[in-house]
Amino acid sequence: MSTESALTSEDFYVRETHHDDDGEHHHETGTMLGFWIYLMSDCLIFGTLFATYAVLGRNYAAGPSPADLFELDLILISTFLLLFSSITYGFSVLRMDMGDLKGTQIWLIITGLFGAGFLYMEVLEFSHLWHLGATPMASAFLSSFYTLVGTHGLHVLSGCIWLIVLLAQLQIHGLTHENKRRVMCLSMFWHFLDLIWIGVFSFVYLAGVLV
Amino acid sequence: MRNLKPIAILLLAPVVSGCNLVVINPSGDIASQQSDLIIYSTILMLIVVLPVMALTVFFALKYRASNKSAKYEPDWYHSTSLEIVIWTVPMAIILCLAGLTWVATHRLEPYNPLRRISSEIPIDQSVEPMVIQAIAMDWKWLFIYPEQNIAVVNEVAAPVNRPVKFEITSSTVMNSLYIPALAGQIYAMAGMQTELNAVINEEGSYNGFSANYSGAGFSQMHFKFHGMSEDGFDSWVKNVGRGPDDLDRKAFLQLDQPSIAHPVTYYTSVEPDLWDAIINLCVDRNNLCQDDMMMVDALGGGGIEGLFLRNIFAGICSSDDPAGLLAKIRIDREIADAKNKAENISLAETDINALQQILALSRSSTAGEESQAN
Amino acid sequence: MAAADYSRWDPVFGKLGWDIFPLNEPVVVATFVGVAVGGTALLAALTYFRLWGYLWKEWFTSIDHKKIGIMYMVLAIVMLVRGFADALLMRIQQAWTASGGAGYLDAHHYDQIFTAHGMIMIFFVAMPFVTGLMNFVMPLQIGARDVAFPFLNNFSFWLTTSGAVLVMISLFVGEFATTGWLAYPPLSGIEFSPSVGVDYYIWALQIAGIGTTLSGINLVVTIVKVRAPGMTYMRMPVFCWTTLCTNILIVATFPILTATLALLTLDRYAGTHFFTNDLGGSPMMYVNLIWIWGHPEVYILTLPIFGVFSEVVPTFTGKRLFGYTSMVYATAVITILSYIVWLHHFFTMGAGADVNSFFGITTMVISIPTGAKIFNWLFTLYKGRIRFEVPMMWTIGFMLTFVIGGMTGVLLAVPPADFVLHNSLFLVAHFHNVIIGGVVFGIFAAMTYWFPKAFGFRLAPFWGKVSFWCWLIGFYLAFMPLYVLGLMGVTRRLSQFEDTIYAGYFFVALIGALFIAAGIGAFLLQIFVSIRDREALKDTTGDPWNGRTLEWSTSSPPPYYNFAFTPRVHQIDAWWHMKAEGFKRPLENFEPIHMPKYTSTGVILSGILTVMGFALVWHIWWLAAVTFIITIAYSIDHTFNYDRDYYVQPDEVAEIEGNRTKLLAAEGAAQ
Repeated sequence: MSTESALTSEDFYVRETHHDDDGEHHHETGTMLGFWIYLMSDCLIFGTLFATYAVLGRNYAAGPSPADLFELDLILISTFLLLFSSITYGFSVLRMDMGDLKGTQIWLIITGLFGAGFLYMEVLEFSHLWHLGATPMASAFLSSFYTLVGTHGLHVLSGCIWLIVLLAQLQIHGLTHENKRRVMCLSMFWHFLDLIWIGVFSFVYLAGVLV
Repeated sequence: MRNLKPIAILLLAPVVSGCNLVVINPSGDIASQQSDLIIYSTILMLIVVLPVMALTVFFALKYRASNKSAKYEPDWYHSTSLEIVIWTVPMAIILCLAGLTWVATHRLEPYNPLRRISSEIPIDQSVEPMVIQAIAMDWKWLFIYPEQNIAVVNEVAAPVNRPVKFEITSSTVMNSLYIPALAGQIYAMAGMQTELNAVINEEGSYNGFSANYSGAGFSQMHFKFHGMSEDGFDSWVKNVGRGPDDLDRKAFLQLDQPSIAHPVTYYTSVEPDLWDAIINLCVDRNNLCQDDMMMVDALGGGGIEGLFLRNIFAGICSSDDPAGLLAKIRIDREIADAKNKAENISLAETDINALQQILALSRSSTAGEESQAN
Repeated sequence: MAAADYSRWDPVFGKLGWDIFPLNEPVVVATFVGVAVGGTALLAALTYFRLWGYLWKEWFTSIDHKKIGIMYMVLAIVMLVRGFADALLMRIQQAWTASGGAGYLDAHHYDQIFTAHGMIMIFFVAMPFVTGLMNFVMPLQIGARDVAFPFLNNFSFWLTTSGAVLVMISLFVGEFATTGWLAYPPLSGIEFSPSVGVDYYIWALQIAGIGTTLSGINLVVTIVKVRAPGMTYMRMPVFCWTTLCTNILIVATFPILTATLALLTLDRYAGTHFFTNDLGGSPMMYVNLIWIWGHPEVYILTLPIFGVFSEVVPTFTGKRLFGYTSMVYATAVITILSYIVWLHHFFTMGAGADVNSFFGITTMVISIPTGAKIFNWLFTLYKGRIRFEVPMMWTIGFMLTFVIGGMTGVLLAVPPADFVLHNSLFLVAHFHNVIIGGVVFGIFAAMTYWFPKAFGFRLAPFWGKVSFWCWLIGFYLAFMPLYVLGLMGVTRRLSQFEDTIYAGYFFVALIGALFIAAGIGAFLLQIFVSIRDREALKDTTGDPWNGRTLEWSTSSPPPYYNFAFTPRVHQIDAWWHMKAEGFKRPLENFEPIHMPKYTSTGVILSGILTVMGFALVWHIWWLAAVTFIITIAYSIDHTFNYDRDYYVQPDEVAEIEGNRTKLLAAEGAAQ
């Protein structure tokens, strides 16, 4: 390693002339990275649940299998609800980038409604299965099914709650630096849940019914 | 290489004088091969470990601050050749060890039949190993001898130089069957069977126990393993056969209640399908056997009705045409279900009876050949 | 013993009842009296000296990474005493029963003790020790003013504490798990463990585990984003490298633990069938999942310690670390390999020779980079000028002890050898060999090394040396007999023995444990003596050991903003370089410093979560629901607080730095 010749004491520390911008900027990228790493850790939780489903998903305990239980057309509707919500979230971010607070809020509300619709469908499905007697206690397949799908559902629910909180914060503070960052974080979260759902849809529902 | 062992024991002697290192000096061929492996691997590793320890002490003493005569080179922090050495030497050792591991693991795989009786005695391929079925219970061991049709609690025996195959399961939590003098351990798990092939080469009485903690009575979950002459074994079997009780399902369920430090108990005979029932968790006839359940699952599940009527699938695994039988049951269920649509989902007693009659019919038409799902 | 009735349930009190207090167990009652008297005395003293306000304002609500690091260490030391007391109880019981006595602990009590010992030592001693260390040292070494998410850091600490509190409560209220520290089902399932013990275990781990994950995310982002200018990855101190790898491991494994325990929770609380024997459950899956977390966990504990030695050795040899690059690569290789070895914890499950030998060989491969590390330290000693200060003694003790543990570890990685050694006392001796000889020795080295940085005075060396020798001798006396016992075929977790031939060995092990007790005592005494003699042990230079990395460039203890000016780095061993180039501290023209504000949210939220954990353990559903809703509401409320930071004004910086200038001048004059 070549030593840089003739270093003075001033070369060993930083004088920040524009500390204001610098400091803000620094932390912001940190938050996005941190949130992204959090999502990866969350992804591992889902990974564990998917693995569990892969191992136990055929253990019906002489009870019903996916073919006996799942109604694909309804699941398809929920899938589209969630996919559309991702698109509308995208619109919201576009509005935000234009500095349009109202537009951002309106698209966020639409996103939230789609999310709520998705949750409603899930509750319908679960209660239908429950009434048939196909409870999580009935077999390892059902345990892992409810847990995987339910964990995703709980994530969507927290996403919706977060969305409501964010709407309030946007209302109070407008499109500030922090709020924009929060919108972007929730955006990552929302798209992430979409991605997980595609995994659930193809791996649990499609594969379950078609095989 | 075998004569290394006395040397190793000699080296350890000052530390362990008077004690019986059963793991290093066992009486069964499998265990002694395993102990050889321990010694060889240790020697291999000592090739690196001893110099490292010596150098650590040497450098620490030589380059202590008070020794001003030692060289001090604060800027010496890199040497490509040395780096190559410190990576390749461990690599070489590990390469040897990896080879040894691969070969030894395959040779000593507990599921495989023995390759020899001992280092001196080759195996007679025509002799089938003697099967001993071991069941870990709360908190005792039950051993079933299917050939001899006897069963023992907390005691087990085998003739010297006769290959033994343990079939192992558990009626409760996970345990581990371990007789250090005989061979390494293997887990005992409910609803499945593990295997251990071994042979005892010397007569004697050895300790056996569960090596995986299983709850309150774990400390007392030990037994004696006797290595016996052929005659001795025969008379032991006879002696066990005189035991007061038979081991049928009822006796098993009674035995299955948790107990600590259970006395050695002999059973005159064993109900024929008991072992299958134990493995399949259906000694209690109210439970559907695991093999039947797995057969139904493999065929696509028992449907919603299976949730309420698991037991109608009993025996499907041993049927000639499980798929056909399952289809029959399920179609019949749908008819019964259609009739009951107006009623509650819970099913009437008459339905079950009707179904069981159908099942009995289809079973009697097939010669139920015993087959293992797992 | 008359066990409490855990099958009852009441809508208001859940499973609570008057019979849950283990009054029939004299050991517990005596401990309780001791803790109650000691605790009351402590609380009274805090009140008498009016320290509550100070503790609350300056420590509990602090988001200063240094203070949080210190609090982690304090937590770890407190829990070390608890965990070690458990160890001593076990040693006494085994020595007693091995020599033919009946012992003084029944199985039910003994089983709780070894479960608690393992769980506490890993999660509430070793983890807080390394997390505290990483928290304190790493930001200073990379020239940062704090971690990336200071509030989260405080919250993580309090979550860990919350878990520890739950475990401690289980000692006196109800009982702890009797399942072994990894709580394998079906034993830990509701059928075989109907009491609240496993529930304490689960909720304590869940709460603490979430804290650990958050802290992991935080420290990764800190290293990636907040390094001082010029500090490229390959100029980071090795401790920062190991911290980075450790926290990547944390983020990549703790979620698996969380998910696995959640599934076990569902089995216990909702009657699902993930890990049951019947209806399609698979206990083997739990064993796999828990070890997919569990094996990397071993490296989560040891990697930072490797980092510690990589700092201590160069400092006390006065030499740059030998083979920095290969050290970094070795760390990275260990990180990756630690994921593909988990199955070696259960070769005896019968996965077949191919699978077993694959995992055996991958395990052995880890010893190659580990060996390279040992060699690197070794050749750093070579042609050095070794000062045998206390941290260096721990290091030499480590190098000699750890290789033995490594060797027995590789031995256990050979599947057929593992068949005879698995679950035996040989295994117990092995992992204590690497955890005490590695992690604990490293922690003591680190505490002695960085103590002056944290508090401004050194630890009294005499008692440090006494502690070192007690630990070293104690370790060998306590665990070498266990290796022998393992070879005699003695399995672990036994509270009774049928034979008396083991008595001598267990007796020696007990004496070893007493030596270790003396070592812990000497350490506590060392802290006491050092505080008493703090004037004589004072470090005014900020660089008491002639250090090499940036933490030694600031004062001891560092100002809360760490560095008046962010350092600029030109090569590894930045501070050594600065000293070599004749660096002079800037004394004027200070600038405002951007700092986060203290907040009580973390401690309050964790307090509520502790109550929630307790409510869940005892099935007090209304309380669990209320505390859960409060938690959510309070968290949301916290996000409405936009006023989280402020600027330290230049005058204040100038005053603090001016004081240091005076101290340094006095020091210079004295010499």
